Amino acid sequence: MFDVILQNFDLFLFFCLAVLGYTCGTIAEKRHYKSIIRREKELLKLMVVNAEGHFAEGVVKQSFLVNGSAVISNDYFKRMLAILRNIFGGRVKAYESLIDRSRREAILRMKQEARAKGAHMIVNLRLETSTIGRAANQKNQVGSIEALAYGTAVVMNRK
Amino acid sequence: MILTNVGSVPGKKIVEHFGIVQGSTVRAKHIGRDLMAGLKNLVGGELKGYTELLQESRQEAVDRMSEQARQFGANAVVNIRFATSSVAQGAAELFAYGTAVRVE
Repeated sequence: MFDVILQNFDLFLFFCLAVLGYTCGTIAEKRHYKSIIRREKELLKLMVVNAEGHFAEGVVKQSFLVNGSAVISNDYFKRMLAILRNIFGGRVKAYESLIDRSRREAILRMKQEARAKGAHMIVNLRLETSTIGRAANQKNQVGSIEALAYGTAVVMNRK
Repeated sequence: MILTNVGSVPGKKIVEHFGIVQGSTVRAKHIGRDLMAGLKNLVGGELKGYTELLQESRQEAVDRMSEQARQFGANAVVNIRFATSSVAQGAAELFAYGTAVRVE
């Protein structure tokens, strides 16, 4: 048994990493989605629009820039899946959830910062995505994704 | 210094334009963090080290931009945009630009 493992060490390592990546990745993703949905409900009252707001005079007390970002990486198993996907083409589900998660997380962080500073709404939301990390410059590989959300938080004059 | 990413400062009037101001920074994290990020890459999840690195350097880019605006005599920067690019392994360039203005 031990000899077999030693002889096929590469294959064994690959298998181990795939299983490890699959289990940890799935658990982490589920947990992350749960927390995202919970916090999105919490912050629903803070309005975010991606249009430039036009405000009447005397309505706005203060305005400032807020931003939030998140770097999230895929697990080993999903990266293998994505490489296989490259052969057949089609939707790469493994990356869809990765990007979705990091964008929503970035928006949530931005909202949290705005709420902590007492803002009533955020106007002109912009989203930016980039790939960073060690695999960023290699062809056909997405190592990890950074999503950045930024906007202008507005504090109103409440009467 | 008022910073916004809309074309004006809400509730205030722009009295003078000073043109484009920009700030950028290239940062790398020490090798330990890179190693940890590589390990984290196996299981997936958030890479806190990189998030921190990017937030820090973005703040620095914004600081440099406001410093430039201050030298012009502006008191606000409007229409700010961010951009990111990776120049080398583990290093990222963060770039912020906007229009320096003076508001009432």
